[in-house]
Amino acid sequence: MSKEDLEKRTVYSPEGEPIEIDPLNDYFLDLRPESYAPRNGVIEQFANWARAESLWVLGFGTGCGAIEMRPLMTPRFDAYRFGIQWRPTPRQSSVFVISGYLSVKTLKRVIRSYEQMQNPKFVVALGSCTINGGMYWDSYNTINRLDHYLPVDVYITGCMPRPEALLAGFEELKKRIKAGKGDGANKYADNFDWYKANQKKIIKDWDMPDYNW
Amino acid sequence: MEFQIDQVIGNLNELFGGKDHHRQRKGLDFITIPKEQAVAAITYLSNPEGFKHLVLLTAVDWLEQGQFQLTYLLNNPDNKQDLGIRVLIPRDQAVMDSIHDLWGQAATYQRELREMFGIHFPGSPRVDQPFILEGWDGPPPYRRDFDTKKYAEETYFPRPGRSSNDPTEYMKHQLYPDE
Amino acid sequence: MENIWIKIGYALLTIFIVLNYGLLLQGLFRKIGARVGRRHGIRIWQPWVDIIKNYTFRSRIYHGVMYYLGPVFRLTGGIGLLLFLPVIYGSEMFSNFSFTGDLMLVLYFQFFGVLGMALGAGESGHPYSAIGVSRGLSQVTAFELPLTLGVLAIGLQYHTLNINEIVAAQQGSILNWTFFTNPFAAAAMLLSFLGAMGRSPFDVVLAPQEIPIGPPTEFNSSLLGVLQLNRAIFPVAKLILFMNLLFGGATNWGELIIKTFFIYFWSVFVGIAFPRFRVDQSVRWFLSIPLILGVIAIILIKF
Repeated sequence: MSKEDLEKRTVYSPEGEPIEIDPLNDYFLDLRPESYAPRNGVIEQFANWARAESLWVLGFGTGCGAIEMRPLMTPRFDAYRFGIQWRPTPRQSSVFVISGYLSVKTLKRVIRSYEQMQNPKFVVALGSCTINGGMYWDSYNTINRLDHYLPVDVYITGCMPRPEALLAGFEELKKRIKAGKGDGANKYADNFDWYKANQKKIIKDWDMPDYNW
Repeated sequence: MEFQIDQVIGNLNELFGGKDHHRQRKGLDFITIPKEQAVAAITYLSNPEGFKHLVLLTAVDWLEQGQFQLTYLLNNPDNKQDLGIRVLIPRDQAVMDSIHDLWGQAATYQRELREMFGIHFPGSPRVDQPFILEGWDGPPPYRRDFDTKKYAEETYFPRPGRSSNDPTEYMKHQLYPDE
Repeated sequence: MENIWIKIGYALLTIFIVLNYGLLLQGLFRKIGARVGRRHGIRIWQPWVDIIKNYTFRSRIYHGVMYYLGPVFRLTGGIGLLLFLPVIYGSEMFSNFSFTGDLMLVLYFQFFGVLGMALGAGESGHPYSAIGVSRGLSQVTAFELPLTLGVLAIGLQYHTLNINEIVAAQQGSILNWTFFTNPFAAAAMLLSFLGAMGRSPFDVVLAPQEIPIGPPTEFNSSLLGVLQLNRAIFPVAKLILFMNLLFGGATNWGELIIKTFFIYFWSVFVGIAFPRFRVDQSVRWFLSIPLILGVIAIILIKF
C-alpha cells in the first residue's frame, strides 16, 4: 500500500456519488491496547516458566548488532540449547531483539512490529546505542534512548556485545520472566499516551494507526 | 586516434573554460569547470571521448567560501582513465542543471543531494520525493551550518550523565600517564 | 463395542498417546537435524513447552470466523485421519472408528485439513498466507496423484478398501508385506510420502526462510497452538496409515513405535540429505518418477 493510498480523499461511485474515505480510520482498528492482569498463583508461575523456556525471537535485524545473532544460531554458540528459537513473523514471537542503533526510519518499523506481537512480549536491547546513543549519540537521525519509545526488559552493553554476552542477557531475561517481572506489554498499555507522544515527536510522517493491532 | 588524456584536458581548457587541472596519479585527473559550461563539458566527455560511466556524483560544502563543490567522477573503461569534474556553485543559490538524461542513475544522486545538501536539480525525475529521510522538516542535515549535536540533544531525549572524552587527550593519558 | 462412551474414551486415549509420541518425534527430528549440522540442538522436551507457551499468551488477534475455524479444520483433519485408522491391528481398544471402505475416507481426510487451512489463512488477509496456500495446494495436488495410484493398486491387489483387511492379509511373514508383494505401489507411495510429511526437500510451503512462513503467518497464540498440536498428530497418523498399508501394521505399541520410527526416519534422512525444491520443481518431480511408478503398479496389478 503506497502512501497516497493512505490519504484522506473523495472517490466516486460508478453512479457518480462522492464517497469520503479515510483509510487510516476506515481500514484499521483504532482501539487502544489493553493491560491484562496476570492469572493467579501457581498457574501464572507455570505459565511464566513456559514463557521463559520457550523464547521465540523475532528475526528482524534492526542495526549492525544483527550480525551477532547469526553466530547464536550456528554450532559455536547454538542458542537453541536454551530454548531460544527464531521466528519470522511478529505474530508468533515473544522476544524482540533490538540489535543496535535505531534510525528514526527503523524505529517506525520496530514500533509496528512490536505492536503486532502478542502480550506478554519482551524486548532485549543490544549495545550502547540503545542505552544512550553509543557512537551515534549526536547523529541527526538515530535515537538515543530506546526506553522512551518501547519498554525494555534487558539491556546488554557493548559495542557490539559478544554472543556470550547475548546468551547471558537471555539468561537474565529468563530470570526476570520467571520472577514475573516481564510485563513490558502491560507497561506499554498503561503508559500508552507517554510512549505515543515520544514516538510522534520524532517520527514526523506518521502514516499508521496509533496502535497496530 | 590514440586516446590522450592531455589532449582531452587541453580540449576542456580550450572549449569549456576548464582550469586548475590536477593529476592525482596516473589514470585519475581532476579539473574545474565553470557552472555554465559543466553539463556541456560532461556531455562532450561522455560521448566523443568515451567517458561512458558515471562513477559518482557528490558534493562538498565549502562553508567559509560560501560555495558548494559538486564532483562528477567519470570513468573511461576502455582506456582505464578516471576524470573528476569539479563544479563550484554559490551556496545561497544552490541550483545546478540535471544530467539525468545522460545517465539514469544520476537522478538518484541528485535526489540525495537535494535532500542532504539542499541543492536543487530542476527537471530531475522524482527529485522532490524523500530519499532516505522520512518526513524530515529541518534544514538539510549535511550542510555544515546544521548543528547535528544540538539537534540530537533537543530531539532524541539524551540520557543524562553521559560524558565523552577528546580521543587525543584520552589516549595520551591512557598510554603515557607520566607525561 | 456396544457402549459409545467407552469407545470415545479409547479414542481420547489414542489421541493422547499419539500426541505425545508425535511431539517426541518432532523433538527427535530437530535434534537429529541439529546434530547433522554439528549443533547440540533443542532440548528434547522443547515441543511441549512451545505448545504450553502458545496457550499462555494473554492476548490474541482474530480476523473472522473462518480464520478461527482454519486451525480447527486442520486439527479435525489430523484427528479424523487418526480415528478412522486401526492403530493397533486386532486390538478392540485402538481400532477406534475404522470400518469397511475407510481407505477412501482416509484419503479424503488427508486433503481436508489443507483446504480448511486455506480458507482460514485466506481470511487472515496476509499476502504471504495466500502465496503459501497456493504453493501448498499445488504441492499437495501433485503428490496426491502417485499416492492415490499406489493406494488404488493396493486396493485392487487385496480386493478390499478396508484397512483392517489389508493389514490382515499381510500377517504371517515379513514377505507378506505389501512392500515386498507390490514393490511398485510401495515405491510410488513412499516417494509421495516425502511430500506428505512436508519436510525438506518439499518444505517450501512452511519453511521460515522462505516467504515467512506460509499459511500460518498471521496465526498467533492459542490458534498457533492448535496448529502445533496438529503438526504433532497428523504426521503420526500418516505414519500409521503407511505402516498399515505397506509394512503389515502393528499388533502392539512397541511394534508400532519401531515401525513408524523407521518410516519417519526415511523422510528425516531425505530431508537432511537434500536441499529444498521450489514448488514448480517439486510438482514436476512428483509428476515424473513417482507418477510413472504408480502407473506401472496399476498396470501390473491387472495382469
